[in-house]
Amino acid sequence: MVKTSGKGFAVGLKRLVEPKVLNNTVQKVSGASKNFLLNICVAIILVGVSFVIISPILAVISRAIMDPMDAINPLIYLIPQNFTWQNINDAILVMDYWNTLGRTLAFSLGFALLHVVITSLVGYGFARFKFPGSGPLFALVIISIVVPVQTYMVPMFLNFRFFLGSGNINLIGSLWALGLLTLTGVGLRSGLYIYIFRQFFRGLPKEIEEAAFIDGAGPFRTYLQVMIPNATPAIITVLLFAFVWHYNDTFYTSLLMPNNRLLSVLLIGLGPNFQAIFNERSPILAQMVVFAGVMLAIIPILTIYMFLQRYFVEGLERSGIVG
Amino acid sequence: MKTTATKKWMTLQRRETVWGFLFISPWLVGITVFFLFNLFEAIIFSFNTIIVDPVAGGFTMDFVGLSNFRFILLEHGSYNQQLVESLTGMLVNVPLIIFFSLLMAVLLNRKFMGRGLVRAIFFLPVIMATTAIQSTLELTMGMMMGGVSSVPTEVMQAQMGFNANSIAMLVTSFGVPIQVAQYIIAAVSALHEIIRASGVQILIFLAALQAIPPSMYEVCQIEGATSYETFWKVTIPMVSPLILTNVVYTIVDTFAQSQVVQTAHNQAFVMQQFGVSAAMSLVSSLLACVLLLFVGWIISKRVFYYN
Repeated sequence: MVKTSGKGFAVGLKRLVEPKVLNNTVQKVSGASKNFLLNICVAIILVGVSFVIISPILAVISRAIMDPMDAINPLIYLIPQNFTWQNINDAILVMDYWNTLGRTLAFSLGFALLHVVITSLVGYGFARFKFPGSGPLFALVIISIVVPVQTYMVPMFLNFRFFLGSGNINLIGSLWALGLLTLTGVGLRSGLYIYIFRQFFRGLPKEIEEAAFIDGAGPFRTYLQVMIPNATPAIITVLLFAFVWHYNDTFYTSLLMPNNRLLSVLLIGLGPNFQAIFNERSPILAQMVVFAGVMLAIIPILTIYMFLQRYFVEGLERSGIVG
Repeated sequence: MKTTATKKWMTLQRRETVWGFLFISPWLVGITVFFLFNLFEAIIFSFNTIIVDPVAGGFTMDFVGLSNFRFILLEHGSYNQQLVESLTGMLVNVPLIIFFSLLMAVLLNRKFMGRGLVRAIFFLPVIMATTAIQSTLELTMGMMMGGVSSVPTEVMQAQMGFNANSIAMLVTSFGVPIQVAQYIIAAVSALHEIIRASGVQILIFLAALQAIPPSMYEVCQIEGATSYETFWKVTIPMVSPLILTNVVYTIVDTFAQSQVVQTAHNQAFVMQQFGVSAAMSLVSSLLACVLLLFVGWIISKRVFYYN
């Protein structure tokens, strides 16, 4: 839109300045060709950047299905000469892939749902109720988004290790540590989800709630039966983001559940584990198994993304981070 | 059933207060117990030596004053260097990420075929932002250069006669200061990192661009503004609040992935020096916060709020 306005102006200017030299048809062609050149430039930039993003994924997939003999053959580029399932099979075996995947998906989905329940409650509380101190408290939400969790990881770890100051309760290694954080709205990026819900609820018209109040519904019933059904875009956004971030997270899981067997953590030790299990010394072979493992880890999330891509992109726009 | 007495006591204001606190009560517990208390303890820890006693349970603190800070800043092998590198890296990368994501958002805001697909691709790095996947994807960079050309770069340079420094020499011979040339070359060689780090920012800018009322551009067109003028007088002021948001997001994001954080993590969970690690985290977070406040203050003076 910006560009066309400028171009219209430029063409108009040309018409004013040199009306006799060029007739109208020539002018139109020159305007169109300038537009065409601009589009070509934009296309080159966009395709180039897209290539930079996609090429590592292509390279990983190519290496994952490539025979180790091809990997050291300098004449082979991307498309393998000898196709093999061997790397993928090894990665599946070392990571116990199907069980791990099921566990990781259940873990991520469970925590994502927990995030939605808690942060929507808190977000609604901040959006619709005027109470003393609500302003400073909401500022605290923003502060909890901005202050990195790494600042207080040591006390967090020690307090969960010796929960409630006693030596008997050790929450490290159980789901309770991360569970408690998520239940109380200070888990993995909870502050951001509270913010998203608050902005979204503020954008909804107040009249629908007032109607519910007049019909005799209490605040909680209004929230549950009127607001939540209307908040589908925000819920989907938070659900998807929480799911993906839990799926990818290694900081919280390795800190609070050191012996977890989740996909993102197993992936880090895949190469050494493979070498240990198969007594395999070749680093090239181990690397190819790592590529296969990365491919196996990407595929589920990529599949989800392909189907729900619209909600990721539009959700962020509509959920009210902007505005 | 409520009596009249309770009804009078429950004014609308009071009822709102009670319900408001009820709704945010889970978060209120979390923010005090798991955030504010931990933050407070992190400060206490940094002045102490922590000795964990796994048998008896619990840990003991031994007040050592400033010696943790003295150790990390003056004696530790690499911490101060990493700190400076992280902060300068932030100062270099944050403007680049902001400019790049704004440019990409402007390009993506145009109507063209396959817009949805390109947007989906641009958002891919956010989906795959896990350490193991990222480090593996970085390994593949060399492979995409191609089969035969994946021979060492020195050989390739000799064959193709291409050297990044030749571009630097070319640029400087035009009279561009050497620092600027170095900055541009650093930016180009970090292109992959910048693209990877700007997924969310592009989306935020894109949403901001779409929120600009079209009538503003119509006015510009009628008044005869060039597209260059329109960009600086309409687009930039309208997205300026989101520039602030994006700068904050980028600094926090870059900090969480910096080497300093990793060092503090190792100090605590590999070397079991919890007090030293707390001091490390505290110093680096404090510096990042100062940077954040400083940049935020500068930008917020120039931000234009439409509503």
